[in-house]
Amino acid sequence: MLHNPTMATYFLPFEKPLVELERKLQELKEFGTGNRVQDEIKRLERRALRLREEIFRGLTRWQIVQLARHPSRPFTLDYVPHVFDEFVELHGDRRFADDASIVGGLARLGGRPLVVIGHQKGRGTKDNIHRNFGSPRPEGYRKAKRLMRLAERFERPVVTFVDTQGAYPGVGAEERGQAEAIAANLQAMMELRVPIVTAIIGEGGSGGALAIAVADRVMMLEFSIYSVITPEGCASILWRDSGRAEQAADALRLTAPDLFGLGVVDEIVREAPGGAQRDSVLTAGHLREALIRHVDELGALEPEERVNRRIAKYRRLGVFHEEQR
Amino acid sequence: MAWFTKVAPGLKVRAETRVKVPEGGLWQRCPDCSEIIYNEEIEKNCQVCPRCLHHFRIGARQRIEMTCDPSSFVEHDADLTAADPLDFRDSKRYRDRIRGVRRSVGENEAIVCGMGRLGGRPISIGAFEFGFLGGSMGSAVGEKVARLFDRATEHRCPAIIFCASGGARMQEGVLSLMQMAKTTGALAQFRRVRQPYLPVLTDPTTGGVAASFAMQGDVCLAEPKALVGFAGPRVIEQTIRQTLPPDFQRSEFLVEHGMVDLIVARPQIPETLGKLIDLLAG
Repeated sequence: MLHNPTMATYFLPFEKPLVELERKLQELKEFGTGNRVQDEIKRLERRALRLREEIFRGLTRWQIVQLARHPSRPFTLDYVPHVFDEFVELHGDRRFADDASIVGGLARLGGRPLVVIGHQKGRGTKDNIHRNFGSPRPEGYRKAKRLMRLAERFERPVVTFVDTQGAYPGVGAEERGQAEAIAANLQAMMELRVPIVTAIIGEGGSGGALAIAVADRVMMLEFSIYSVITPEGCASILWRDSGRAEQAADALRLTAPDLFGLGVVDEIVREAPGGAQRDSVLTAGHLREALIRHVDELGALEPEERVNRRIAKYRRLGVFHEEQR
Repeated sequence: MAWFTKVAPGLKVRAETRVKVPEGGLWQRCPDCSEIIYNEEIEKNCQVCPRCLHHFRIGARQRIEMTCDPSSFVEHDADLTAADPLDFRDSKRYRDRIRGVRRSVGENEAIVCGMGRLGGRPISIGAFEFGFLGGSMGSAVGEKVARLFDRATEHRCPAIIFCASGGARMQEGVLSLMQMAKTTGALAQFRRVRQPYLPVLTDPTTGGVAASFAMQGDVCLAEPKALVGFAGPRVIEQTIRQTLPPDFQRSEFLVEHGMVDLIVARPQIPETLGKLIDLLAG
């Protein structure tokens, strides 16, 4: 199902005052006439803008987590038609199944043919079951790896969109080697000779995210998150209380500015005012601009150089002490 | 529990009513077959129960000692320890937790690495210390593993890692996650020299370690009945709301599903590693 911003009917608690103001504005615009009404509209528009800036400047990490999981937040397939000029979806891992929680295919980005891969969540119960709530099983990762190899064979860059709570922890997934599937993807991506650009568009959940996110450049949308564990999971392990997720979100430092500061993310991509769910097309435009820039920059490098830089980039990540003897 | 023993006459109750084995004594009870065994006998048998072959968990140093030729092991990066980049705090500050664990375990980090010899041949070897925060991988562990591969690349010798880890170390946030990529990168460089990398999966190997270098071996060994998987059994049980069978995610289960090359009992591991290295790169 494609994303339609006007369908956004769910609002987060901290959005409420803004939404009410906007609703009032809408009513005035539809039914109001006359100069006084026009003045009132202008006044309310200014107030809405100020209110939005106020709310979104001071967002807590927990509020950003909620935005990243917003039910109306655009998913991979919502962005694809607005970021790319063409898209042919390809299916299956050629071993077991086609996992709908990872989508992928051939696309064109302003004249540049490439391979795009992304996690895909569902909208509504039926769609969500079909997409397994965006939690891939091994066959999803193996499909992704197959498409990366295809990209390498035809010298096409790889673009990935990350949006998952994590790899699926189920019996079948373990039987079919979830750990091996992720490990193999890390290895394939580290050695892939073509450019890889990743955008975290919603939730970057642990190994399940990293399995399609080892890249030359990693970008994060403004209100997305990326973490080693969900705040709920962290809280239930550390405090035996998943209700302390808000506290865990702070401790984990999982927002785009946090990760940019740690050097894990190379660029933060702006979202539409009020979050990507307010305007997926505008947000897609920002994504497209950044993707083109990175793909072109990386395309200028020799494959060997690209791989070595990628390895070196990850080698620098981490903070530790080393006592001198 | 007294009422429980009265439930059915003639029913034998094994636990509780039995003799308690004092801890730290000369004897211990095998958790698997309940046999009471003389400690020295377990010791002689590489910490494996002589009756049921239950493999007791062992520390990193003992592991390395069992594997390397006598007195051939030279430790590297012993002073590399965790920092606290996120200023993380749960019930305790992470830096205080680390300090406490270093003191109680007697290791600086969750892995011990260095160079040794196996059958006279140089090897770059590492072994996880599960007692150190569940063998979790933070920045220091990631760096030590990467350097282990660097040394193997430099010396053009095999790399061996005994894995025992619950996964990434939460207290270092996304930086722990990045260690999965970092170690993969160092391994990618090592793979260019055409020497084998042989991980040995021991009880337990899960999470971020399982989903990175533990499963990237040229040949993958496992100890009998070791728990190996991506998600821990508790997480899976919560997801599917069912109890898992006891053999789920054990080494035998992994071999059956094609995820591991072979299961080797602990006393035979050094010999098997030597044989594999010989066949691959001798």
